[in-house]
Amino acid sequence: MSGETAVNEATKLRVATAWLGGCSGCHMSFLDLDERLVELAAMADLVYGPLTDIKEFPADVDVTLVEGAVTNEHNLHLAREVRANSKYVVSFGDCAVTGNVTSLRNRMGDPADLVQRVYVEHPDINGRMPTEVVPALLPQSEPLHEVIPIDVYLPGCPPSADRIWTLLARLLESLAAGEGIPDLTWRGPEDLRFG
Amino acid sequence: MSPRTGPRPNVPVTIDGVEHKAFEGETVLELAQRVGVRIPTLCHLEGLSIYGGCRLCVVEVTGDRRLSPACALEVTAELEVTTQSWTLHEHRRRIVELLFAEGSHVCAFCVSSGSCELQDLATEHDVDHIHYDFAHPDAGIDASHPKYSLDRDRCVMCTRCVRVCDEVEGAHVWDVAMRGSQGRIVAGMDQPWGEVADCTWCGKCVLVCPTGALSFKGRATSEMVHDPEVVAFLSTAREQGEWLDRKADA
Amino acid sequence: MAGPIDLYDVANAERDARAHFSRRAFVCTSTGCLSAGASAIKQQLTDTVTDAGQEQGVQVVPTGCFGLCSRGPLVRVETRDQQPTLYEHVDTDTAQLIADDHLLEGRQASADTVSLELPFFARQEKVVLSNAGKIDPDRIEDYVGQGGYRALQSAVETMTPEGVVKTILRSGLRGRGGAGYPTGRKWEFLSLADGDQKYVVANGDEGDPGAYMDRTIMETDPHRVLEGLSLAGYATGASQGYIYVRAEYPLAIERLERAIREAKRAKLIGRNVLGSDFRFDIEIRIGAGAFVCGEETALMKSIQGERGTPTLRPPYPTERGLWGKPTMIQNVETLANVPVILERGAEWFASLGTSESKGTKVFALTGSLNNTGLIEVPMGITLREIVEEMGGGIPDGRAFKAAQSGGPSGGCIPAPYLDTPVDYENLQKLGSMMGSGGLVVMDETVSMPEVARFYMEFCRDESCGKCTPCRAGTVKMHAFLDRIVSGVGRRRDLQHLESLCHTVRATSMCGLGQSAPNPVFSTLEHFRDEYLELLVPDEAFGPDGNGSSPDAQRAVATSPGGVR
Repeated sequence: MSGETAVNEATKLRVATAWLGGCSGCHMSFLDLDERLVELAAMADLVYGPLTDIKEFPADVDVTLVEGAVTNEHNLHLAREVRANSKYVVSFGDCAVTGNVTSLRNRMGDPADLVQRVYVEHPDINGRMPTEVVPALLPQSEPLHEVIPIDVYLPGCPPSADRIWTLLARLLESLAAGEGIPDLTWRGPEDLRFG
Repeated sequence: MSPRTGPRPNVPVTIDGVEHKAFEGETVLELAQRVGVRIPTLCHLEGLSIYGGCRLCVVEVTGDRRLSPACALEVTAELEVTTQSWTLHEHRRRIVELLFAEGSHVCAFCVSSGSCELQDLATEHDVDHIHYDFAHPDAGIDASHPKYSLDRDRCVMCTRCVRVCDEVEGAHVWDVAMRGSQGRIVAGMDQPWGEVADCTWCGKCVLVCPTGALSFKGRATSEMVHDPEVVAFLSTAREQGEWLDRKADA
Repeated sequence: MAGPIDLYDVANAERDARAHFSRRAFVCTSTGCLSAGASAIKQQLTDTVTDAGQEQGVQVVPTGCFGLCSRGPLVRVETRDQQPTLYEHVDTDTAQLIADDHLLEGRQASADTVSLELPFFARQEKVVLSNAGKIDPDRIEDYVGQGGYRALQSAVETMTPEGVVKTILRSGLRGRGGAGYPTGRKWEFLSLADGDQKYVVANGDEGDPGAYMDRTIMETDPHRVLEGLSLAGYATGASQGYIYVRAEYPLAIERLERAIREAKRAKLIGRNVLGSDFRFDIEIRIGAGAFVCGEETALMKSIQGERGTPTLRPPYPTERGLWGKPTMIQNVETLANVPVILERGAEWFASLGTSESKGTKVFALTGSLNNTGLIEVPMGITLREIVEEMGGGIPDGRAFKAAQSGGPSGGCIPAPYLDTPVDYENLQKLGSMMGSGGLVVMDETVSMPEVARFYMEFCRDESCGKCTPCRAGTVKMHAFLDRIVSGVGRRRDLQHLESLCHTVRATSMCGLGQSAPNPVFSTLEHFRDEYLELLVPDEAFGPDGNGSSPDAQRAVATSPGGVR
């Protein structure tokens, strides 16, 4: 993609990111796009995500990158909103793709016991069950594709900025040309890869 | 494998449409590796006995409706094999996905990330996510050995460790216990590794492990680099006079 | 040292002894009837006869399986002048009646009987089970009295090993363990194999759920197995035979052990078989009940005392088997056919059955039928004859739905194919297989996806774990089936199930994994609608893939597997 291509503001793609059960490392890696963010801004508007201050997930998003596993009720709610309002959803990073670190709790059994240990037994002072703000954990932490259909997978923990850019540039270029999802398998140093 | 002496290769074998001359008694995998055709493997390791368990090296043989593991398939005259096809790719991809799904291969904090044959196989087979639910096993970590540790949830049951310990080191510390998805690698008589007096601390099992299941202690994420070629080296080095070269490399 | 027994002397003595008895009671003492109290019944009959001082004229014989296991315990009474009577569901009360009235007085007791004219019995063609219900399996004299060991004698005295192999080849006998490989061909391979030491093995590791053909043969007529194995040894040049029996068959093991002792004492096995130069020893090896050990390479590992996992073939056992020596593994039922073939001739045997499948087959008939039990029928009999005539149809007027043959490696045969002749080729064409002979009949109330799940659970639990597709694949196939049966499966679950089935079938190392998907394929082929009905329809999920219907929500909340 070349930044010189004149992009009509009206046809600019609407891109969002979402942060579910993950460490935000994928978003950090996204920020590592550095000067390529400028190129991205030329092609697309960032309409939602932790990097913006928009509270509600907007309608008519073209591409949403979703970081993190679905581990609590809020994640599930947001995942569904993303799916309902996005043309294409990218499962962004290992937590979204495999469950990764977030899903390590799955082998520990009932999340109620887990919460009990973390919030009641272990704190030195004021140990008590959270009743507000903290969303309830789902019985199991799941990869994103377990709860919503996914169009593109971008594994990595985190996917490097180069890998993100390789995929995003191809994807957006193809969508801007009205061609749908391109072939996203490629060989090279920025190969799709877990971890 | 050991250097071949005697006659030149003379068994005509066709791999993916190209005719090659194979040595008598050579396996399809050996031939393919010799002529530069890539066939994915996992349990196979040069210098150890043939196991045939991972099933990643299966190839199509013309005239046989069944697939054959290239690691065990001996060449015969006029043998025709296909090592790459959409069907084989799909089978291999599913096998890799099954391996991910049955274990707990969280690359993110694995000592072997970056030096892991399973991770490489996933990339090779375009595994960008796992279609099967994760088992989230809790088969246990054995860190009782002073130098090494075993994370059974990262084990792919290739039994390289079992074979290298038995066949090369001669200590037979490792074995497989239980069966099916309950199967696991055990030390001694299912004892903590550190308590098994037979272990010579040679570390070969660690070097040949294709994943992060066996590692040197004190390695953090991505710091464990395996050296599976050590077995082939040990089995041929003396005849080939390689001891000095290797020392110089290091 | 005494020489071998004279078979004809023993047989004559047996016949003379039998002539003294005016009445004889045969009590089934196979595992089924024993578990229903046959042991006490036998004792009761014996005691009553003894107390009445009639043991000179009345004989009580513990014997092997009559077949109609669902009506056990069974007792058959034979008298000189009457048709035999078969008493069913015998308990201590009726046993007393039978003893008092029939055995002592000679008139039929007023207890429940089964007509021996029943198609269940009348339609059978007893070849390997010809001694079932007639002899005491613990007495070698009983077997010899029926002509036993004469085939072995005439083979070692008058036939060359090649002659025996040729006879088996001509008979058209095929392996009864499942795949139907020509028996004579295997014998030929082993006889031609180089080696100073060769082995023959009787595979009695019957593992299919609901199957007990081999157990019954071993319990009912152990000497027949010994004779068949000895003949195999003679024909192929093997001097050592093993009988591999699962530990769950203690009675079979006990009877075989006794049979081996008696046969050794009679010089029918051992250093000089029947006074000839042929040396043949038999030992029992007890398996720990792993299904995979029925697979021949895993079985050999187990005999060697190693972990019972399959190894790669080639080399085939006839090239490199037990301890690296040429070895042949034969199913128990196959071997039980051998003495009869040699005695009555290959042509006689080949006249039974169909053009490609000769002889008879023993089936364990179970499931939704009025008569269940063990039957031996000529190859080529139709399923309808087995189900409707011999099995007496389905209870309570329900309709036949399908029969599963071949156990977890086989498939189901639905109603439209009831008239298919049962032989190796036809069953395979229907996507099933002969298998070792389990035949489970299912009626209209049975859910076929549940049946598939049941067999998959079995395979999952029995997978040895050596190869990836079988070890991990059976777990996932079972998980998909479980979701579908539980009503939370989606179309993608079915798709993933099918694709995984193809991979496990194509890439697994041994027969267990390669055939584990068979029940899924076969139920899908004939009953796909049942699967589709169980799925939560895609429409329920709406455009965002997570619709709000309770079913859809449940499916979403418990989903494994990707969407793409």
